[in-house]
Amino acid sequence: MTSLEYAPAPETTKPQIREHYGLFVAGNWVAPQSERYFDTVDPSNENVLAKVAYAGAADVDRAVRSARKAYEKYWSKMKPAERAKYVFRIARAITERSRELAVLETMNGGKPIKESRDFDIPTSAAHFFYYAGWADKLEWAMRAGREARPIGVCGQIVPWNFPLLMAAWKIAPALACGNTVVLKPAETTPLTALALAQIVQEADLPPGTVNVLTGDGATGAALVEHPDVDKIAFTGSTEVGKAIRRAIAGKKKRLTLELGGKAAHIVFDDAPMDQAVEGIVNGIYFNQGHVCCAGSRLLVQENVHDEIVVRLTERLQTLRLGDPLDKNTDIGAVNSKAQLDKIRELVRSGIDQGATLVQQSCALPERGYYFPASFFTGVQQSHRIAREEIFGPVLSILTFRTPDEAIEKANNTPYGLSAGIWTDKGSKNMYVAERMRAGVVWCNTFNLFDPSSPFGGYRESGFGREGGVHGLREYLAH
Amino acid sequence: MPATVDAVMLEARAGALAKRSIKTTSKIAGIRLAVACIDLTTLEGKDSEGRVRSLCAKAIRPAQHLPDIPSVAAVCVYPSLVAVAKDALRGSSVLVASVATAFPSGLSSPAVRLDDVRAAIAAGADEIDMVIDRGAFLSGKDRSVYDEIVAVKRICGELHLKVILETGELGSYDAIRRASDLALEAGADVIKTSTGKVGTNATFPVAVVMCEAIRDYARRTGRAVGLKVAGGVRTTKQALTYLVIVNETLGEAWLTPERFRLGASSLLDDLLMQYEKQLTGNYAGPDYFPKD
Repeated sequence: MTSLEYAPAPETTKPQIREHYGLFVAGNWVAPQSERYFDTVDPSNENVLAKVAYAGAADVDRAVRSARKAYEKYWSKMKPAERAKYVFRIARAITERSRELAVLETMNGGKPIKESRDFDIPTSAAHFFYYAGWADKLEWAMRAGREARPIGVCGQIVPWNFPLLMAAWKIAPALACGNTVVLKPAETTPLTALALAQIVQEADLPPGTVNVLTGDGATGAALVEHPDVDKIAFTGSTEVGKAIRRAIAGKKKRLTLELGGKAAHIVFDDAPMDQAVEGIVNGIYFNQGHVCCAGSRLLVQENVHDEIVVRLTERLQTLRLGDPLDKNTDIGAVNSKAQLDKIRELVRSGIDQGATLVQQSCALPERGYYFPASFFTGVQQSHRIAREEIFGPVLSILTFRTPDEAIEKANNTPYGLSAGIWTDKGSKNMYVAERMRAGVVWCNTFNLFDPSSPFGGYRESGFGREGGVHGLREYLAH
Repeated sequence: MPATVDAVMLEARAGALAKRSIKTTSKIAGIRLAVACIDLTTLEGKDSEGRVRSLCAKAIRPAQHLPDIPSVAAVCVYPSLVAVAKDALRGSSVLVASVATAFPSGLSSPAVRLDDVRAAIAAGADEIDMVIDRGAFLSGKDRSVYDEIVAVKRICGELHLKVILETGELGSYDAIRRASDLALEAGADVIKTSTGKVGTNATFPVAVVMCEAIRDYARRTGRAVGLKVAGGVRTTKQALTYLVIVNETLGEAWLTPERFRLGASSLLDDLLMQYEKQLTGNYAGPDYFPKD
């Protein structure tokens, strides 16, 4: 009779975006000593959003000195309950400006507005709220008799997939413990970090407590190598993580790394099938698959393989790809041209190695970086698409016959960040979960986060934990 | 293996579908569709001939000043008022649906329940809304529930049979899925959530589960069965969410009065108000629409 075509439902809030952004150092916006600026774009249409300052080595030095001064003079000396008030103030400001921040995150990063609105921004605020509460209770995070002391100046380097959230994961516990911060957002997604700098300024934190330096890999490297930085916290690729570890080897610097992943998502034949399919969809297509803990390797029990493939193929067609600012968009834009090229290259390798590609059939927008939701069947453990992190909306489906084979295949990867298990049988769930070499194991759900729950990896997925009391200890002196 | 349901992910999915933004042209189309799918219902002890006649008038022509608004799909009444409704709806496209099998509890002897169906059909009902015996279902007598549905369907013949599961009394999504599968296998033309007479009526997650059962059954057998959500559906927003759930679980082919119904009484008033708001940009007060 009538079709229910969803009319465009664009989010109409217009965020404030300045034409130029300086660096945020010692509580002020300053011009970069490098005298360089670079463009930041909207990946959904390739429009330039703003010019952003490029921090060179001299700028890094200036920011670290300001953070050191703030640490010595104010922040580590402040009564913990007072520190808590500042952190609470940031949390409240994020909540108050949540709509604007969500739009900004979506414009600069390409993710659907429903995700930035319902996940990124509220979870960012939640982390500040959570760690604000810890600030005057730090001794409870320590073993009995140990004093809770901050570490000093923390260099924090965050990725482009969850720009504000990753900054929140790092800044909130650092501040609560009495450390000061130099934050380096990702090259392609600086805008919400700069908005956070504005919030920090309005919250009237002592100058230098939080500094934000925009730039590229060289900026990050200068921060890593700066002799007066006491701790580096990095979230990003395993390759860069390894380089960081080499760079600081033998130096008195604390380090936490949260790196790549190739998570196994295991579906047994007794799983609640429709919800398992939703879990698979959420696991790999959330944020266009730009998720380090994405369930990118689906291990399906052989006797339900065909059924899962039929259901998943149907479900793919209901995913709505397009304008990330439309409230009904499920799949937004890939973050950058470089990432799109990488996804295409790996998908090509999957086809060349003999796997079968299934994709949602939809027209891609003419401008912007888009890749349709995809999965491969007939994938073997030896294929590149089964071993390398694609970091895009591309799932590899493999099969297994017994629980032990599922466990063996799941762990047969250099990574170990997350895993997912679907079965209606509790005992099987526990048996498999305790054998997963992964930092997070989700049972009958996927991609569920809470500030009180620690997150982090095994092996090439990094070390150290973020979130919860475990995340707090990473910012306290041993 | 019987299909099972995980509550956490199911509710997350239903919650995500409830956040679809249906605006402007799609809202107008959605409201018209929702009206066309309504089973305008009155099921009260105080129902009278006069009450049913005024409801029927509204069913045929919901709003005089909104000619684009279609008639509703059916009027749903108790068996004793079927003849009145039939007479009042003569010449219109609106069907008469009758509840039966000792609605709403279903707790009469099997013979009485079946006679209830025969009486409704004899009085002219076009569709039968039967209740399943939840006591039997919950005590494991699936076979007797199945057999009764088969028996009722045999009496109905070509007439549309809607099977009310009364999901609010079944206790778990697993049980709702099992009851859905049972009714589908027994030959229901439509599976229906609720009587509207218990504390919990239709909910979004329940509608998702029932759509999934219908979809799996259609995939297996090729037979398309309809869904009716009933009870507690009062607002346009709720009605549009149910359309979204059907659209994204069963597909566009189910967005017709043959395969989807909304059992409601006051919903129509809100749909009309929201429709006029879409056209004029202003809300008229409730008194600008007939209350029946």
